[in-house]
Amino acid sequence: MAASEKQQVRRYPHRHLLSCEQLSAPDINILLDIADDLAEANRARLAKRDILSGRSLINLFFEASTRTQASFEMAGKRLGADVLNMNVSTSSVQKGETLIDTAVTLNAMRPDLIVVRHHAAGAVELLSQKVDCSVINAGDGAHQHPTQALLDALTIRRAKGRIGGLTVAICGDIQHSRVARSNINVLNTLGANVRIVAPSTLLPAASDRLGAMVYTDMTEGIANADVIMMLRLQRERMEGSFVPSTREYFHFFGLDHEKLARAKPDALIMHPGPMNRGVEIASTVADHSRSVIREQVEMGVAIRMAVLEALAGNLPNE
Amino acid sequence: MATASSKGKRTNGGKSVNRSTMVNENEGTTVFINARLIDPASNRDEAGGLAFRDGIITDIGPHLRRNAPDASHVIDCRGCVLAPGLIDAQVFVGEPGAEHRETLKTASMAAAAGGVTTIVVMPDTNPVIDQVALVDFIQRRARDNAVVHIATMAAVTKGLLGEEMTEIGLLKRAGAIAFSNGKTTVANTRVMRNVLNYAKDFGALIVHHAEDPYLSGNASMNSGEVATRLGLPSVSKHAETIVLERDVRLVEMTGARYHAATITCGESLEVIRKAKEKQLAVTAGVSINHLALNENDIGSYRTFFKIRPPLRADEDRRAMVEGIASGDIDIIVSSHDPQDADVKRRPFAEASDGAVGLETLLSAGLRLVHAGDLTLMQLLKALTCNPAKLLRLDSGRLVKGAPADLVLFDPDEPWVVNKDLLKSRSKNTPFDEARMQGRVLRTVVAGETVYEYAGVART
Repeated sequence: MAASEKQQVRRYPHRHLLSCEQLSAPDINILLDIADDLAEANRARLAKRDILSGRSLINLFFEASTRTQASFEMAGKRLGADVLNMNVSTSSVQKGETLIDTAVTLNAMRPDLIVVRHHAAGAVELLSQKVDCSVINAGDGAHQHPTQALLDALTIRRAKGRIGGLTVAICGDIQHSRVARSNINVLNTLGANVRIVAPSTLLPAASDRLGAMVYTDMTEGIANADVIMMLRLQRERMEGSFVPSTREYFHFFGLDHEKLARAKPDALIMHPGPMNRGVEIASTVADHSRSVIREQVEMGVAIRMAVLEALAGNLPNE
Repeated sequence: MATASSKGKRTNGGKSVNRSTMVNENEGTTVFINARLIDPASNRDEAGGLAFRDGIITDIGPHLRRNAPDASHVIDCRGCVLAPGLIDAQVFVGEPGAEHRETLKTASMAAAAGGVTTIVVMPDTNPVIDQVALVDFIQRRARDNAVVHIATMAAVTKGLLGEEMTEIGLLKRAGAIAFSNGKTTVANTRVMRNVLNYAKDFGALIVHHAEDPYLSGNASMNSGEVATRLGLPSVSKHAETIVLERDVRLVEMTGARYHAATITCGESLEVIRKAKEKQLAVTAGVSINHLALNENDIGSYRTFFKIRPPLRADEDRRAMVEGIASGDIDIIVSSHDPQDADVKRRPFAEASDGAVGLETLLSAGLRLVHAGDLTLMQLLKALTCNPAKLLRLDSGRLVKGAPADLVLFDPDEPWVVNKDLLKSRSKNTPFDEARMQGRVLRTVVAGETVYEYAGVART
């Protein structure tokens, strides 16, 4: 199979996937290539693969998530792993157990892979220091969400045939977004021109130092863009604290047809989900023919399979 | 380091010991010869010796360099620096309430090992030091257990809540050396004005941690590129400057004595500078952490570098060093803040603030001297006579009649910090495994040796 041939040519060189900051272009391309093949295999409904047969995968979610957890679970099961879902937000943490104690406890069960989501930045890296298995960051605070950025890159590459040289506008709550940070890293590494678009209250400090052009006017920010990536605005930030109202936010920063017309005619419309229709994106734009939002979800499973496969290749006794 | 007296003795293995067990030097006159005497108060930096008796300096000068007539004990300093013992105006302890982190005794032993002979303990304890009986408690515990001088900083508002004033007059009479709201800021401007206005009548010094709590919110580090990359909630340095500007205006209104506990950026330094130009009774301190470290040291979420106020950018650090050199910043504090592993080994945003610092204070400061950023005199001034003046202590200088609170240190001795060897009960040092140049050899409090470095055998 093509994927395994490519893998033999170049092996993914890291034990964990914690952040996109340290990923090189070849690292990213290895994962995208594997995922690309897996996506085709998934569509063709090829028989379940057994590359993770006998391996155990723990989904450790300190923060509730439906889609990311389901995506990892699906990915693990498609590769033949035994998948255990742990929603820690409702268990031992309530009893006062520290993150490190949880990590040590789980480590004693000798899993092969742990997928972790946590509400605090850096928590996944901290946990990775205390376990012997491979750790995948499924989102840590406002820090990183690597598989989201990788699936976004794969979606763009499949639709546009390339990433280098494209203009990608990331729009919305940049300050609190791990998706934005990971995407800025990956897209820059692959040679895209990255823009970030947000009202100043949703831009982080020193946002001009992140390797992206900064815009506070969305019509300028998405002018001639090849890709428009919308971010979710968390409900608690909508009313008065960071923006005055959802109505005003939608007026100036929501993606509607009028603003969309400023982008290139073939611009892709993306959103990591879940969407607030009528807040950051008009309902009809979300369902537009150029919207690849559903494809993103599909590529999510493929990318997570690719990551699990790549990391499993580095496990002991492999 | 050698003890040249025939009756010379060594303290046990470099460990500091309780004062009551150290009687020898109390009898007769002890003379430190062959020292490099540095006394910032008199601008003295010369070869010489120093004599003391009954805990009081009796003689000092070049004439004691080699000779020590009538001395009961003679200690050869081998050319090392003999300076006034350091005075640290900001030390957090865990007594009462969190003795597992630090007691007055362990803090004093850490101080002794760092050449610090007077520490001011902060009111952020449980219960908060906001009543006369609690000031008494601290002083009694300190008298019975501590090996260095301990002065008490009392709370300026009840429970440090920033709402109701404490009994400033009675607390001062009970021995409180100054008043502070600890790690929290008095956000209510009316309360702060009343505090300053009232404190003025008693000549009480108000020490304030200036940081707008509404701006800082749940911030865990300095706002900027590093925080943004790490995805951590952050606070701008302006949260400090804004409060400082308000406070200076209130000092102007009331005429109180005001000390900014720890400033951290050039903008704040500018506020202090202008207040001093106006002849206001405004002074400022800086923590050794903000002189020696910057936000980049946090690396990937190293919680031992999580302190409050947070570490700033390097340009801010350099501004602080220049502030010490120019004298606009008056004192350096360790901001010693013991935290146990349980509250530090957490995700960064959830970990406690604070770093221990008593034992590395001088060595970390000497880094700046070796780097050529400060002179030894400038460094020691901010650690001895300046805090003495601020706190109205009679120590902090090498003159006849002053207390024999002394530190003897080798400014060049290289060593590596090992957190497990710290005397502090908590090991949360940001300098673990750091290479230092210069270390304390002996600490003397009221004429008694409370710490002596055993050291590696030297020929």
